[in-house]
Amino acid sequence: MHIGDFKETYSSDQAVFINATSRFWLGVLFAVLFLFPFVAGDYLLFMANLAGITIIGAVGLNILTGFTGLISLGHAAFIGVGGYTAAILSTRFDLPFLLCLPLSGLMAAFFGIIVGGPSLRLKGLYLCIATLAAQLILEFVFVHWESLTGGIRGMNISPPQIFGYVLDNDFKFYFVTLVMVILCVTFARNLFRTRVGRAFIAIRDRDISAELMGINLLQYKTYAFALSSFMAGISGCLWVNFLKTVTPEHFPLMESVRYLAMVIVGGMGSILGSILGAIFMTIVPELISTFLGFLVNIFPTAMSFLFPLQQVIFGLLIVIFLVFEPHGLAEIWRRIKNYFHLWPFEH
Amino acid sequence: MKILSIENISLSFGGLNVLSDVSFDVNKGEIFAIIGPNGAGKTSILNIISGFYGPEKGKVFFNGKDLSHIHADKRAALGMGRTFQNIALYHGMSVLDNIKLGAHTHLKTGLMSGLWYWGKAHKEEMELRKKIEKDIIDFLEIESIRKQPVSSLAYGLQKRVELARALAMRPKVLLMDEPVAGMNAEETEDMARFILDIKEEYNITIVLIEHDMKMIMDISDRVLVLNFGRALTHGTPKEVQKHPEVIAAYLGQKKAETMEKG
Repeated sequence: MHIGDFKETYSSDQAVFINATSRFWLGVLFAVLFLFPFVAGDYLLFMANLAGITIIGAVGLNILTGFTGLISLGHAAFIGVGGYTAAILSTRFDLPFLLCLPLSGLMAAFFGIIVGGPSLRLKGLYLCIATLAAQLILEFVFVHWESLTGGIRGMNISPPQIFGYVLDNDFKFYFVTLVMVILCVTFARNLFRTRVGRAFIAIRDRDISAELMGINLLQYKTYAFALSSFMAGISGCLWVNFLKTVTPEHFPLMESVRYLAMVIVGGMGSILGSILGAIFMTIVPELISTFLGFLVNIFPTAMSFLFPLQQVIFGLLIVIFLVFEPHGLAEIWRRIKNYFHLWPFEH
Repeated sequence: MKILSIENISLSFGGLNVLSDVSFDVNKGEIFAIIGPNGAGKTSILNIISGFYGPEKGKVFFNGKDLSHIHADKRAALGMGRTFQNIALYHGMSVLDNIKLGAHTHLKTGLMSGLWYWGKAHKEEMELRKKIEKDIIDFLEIESIRKQPVSSLAYGLQKRVELARALAMRPKVLLMDEPVAGMNAEETEDMARFILDIKEEYNITIVLIEHDMKMIMDISDRVLVLNFGRALTHGTPKEVQKHPEVIAAYLGQKKAETMEKG
């Protein structure tokens, strides 16, 4: 039974997993995540991969929008840059997957830095419009630079290999996704324990006082854009290697909006929030359609209006969540955790 | 010895002359107060010294160094601390993180070592924590609130946290914009005591703006009086109180008399 937290060093006071209980549950989580593919079916594995890839993208966007306060409507385009880079490098230059992965990230980061340039002058909605322009321009390039991107039809790539081991099904790919998710989440969480992460939050909360405290705004805003789009690039590379195809329609403006929604529903400025938000936005639509499919079996005549209802219910769920907890799923999680903190003896 | 010299500073916003030809020196280790009616240009002077505004004419020298081409964020690294009139804490962070942020320019962790964290970054964070606990949290008596989010704190405590953050910058000169505005008598006394302690124990030069005349006259070594962007006079609190123009412009005849007595 857990009766309280008593710490003897500053190091243990500032640990992320602050006591034996939370470390125990983390171990359980890892064990479950590792064993999951051995019991899950094809459909669940597909969804798990999708959720994992989305988590990496959402963590990236949360660093930029949630932590640094720079709203971006171009996140899907950065994911696209990563995806196309991976596809082009592996089909044209035969580069191995493990090399494509960081290169896709770096390419996306490069574009992120260019798009982030105006952020020193532009704030809030104005920056939003500037990133919207980047989204539209990049989308246009994906469609029309046919010699490089394959245009509307896109490109197909062969299954990725790691040291000769071919990742040709969802089961094998799951472990790559899992490792990348753990790395990205850990690195992101670590960053916010240091001066770089604190500088991001300071820029979000009060940029003028942040500057007078000695933070170089251009440098740290560029860092935020670079890091955010690097993760987007990694997510894009995984996405393309997972689906083994890339077309422009995977990275539309709506996808950028969906990522923003993930970050807001999950919790702005929370790494856990990005994870929960990404899972919510990936899994819940599927749950709704499964549920509606079940209803259709009972009332076959209701089909025509039940299917459009899918979007309505999903939208409604988002609104309800935001009304009841504007700080997102991460805050709901925190409250549940607090309730069980000293359970069953609260006082 | 001069630590800060302001030479012939002029500033205007559009057609409005905010400061015209203001000059003064601040000596090392003193408490230098700037007073004047609302709109006299006091905060503008601090903003020019911090580098948030660039003056149209004139120069600021810090330790003999011309600051004209030194950007605001670099001035913090040179040793210029600042607190703000309307508290400018970071509401998304805890008290501890706000204070740690003040030490930004003294830390070295970069993007890559920050992402990795273990090793160098961890060591640096632990040393920082130890230093902050000893020199700042203990000193300003804010042990009990260190883990709280700043937005949940009372106004007077927020002001104190802001002072803590400024101290974490390890400044040579601390610019304080109305440190006791809106505080009750007890909080004001606490703050005045802290300001004197900072001067004595850490040997930090303090430039402060304040409307609380009693505190100004009690703790400051020298006072500069501004009126409509011009320097009326400067000198010790006693000299300034007797200056006829100051009495006319700012203190008022009656107030000056009561101060004389009390």
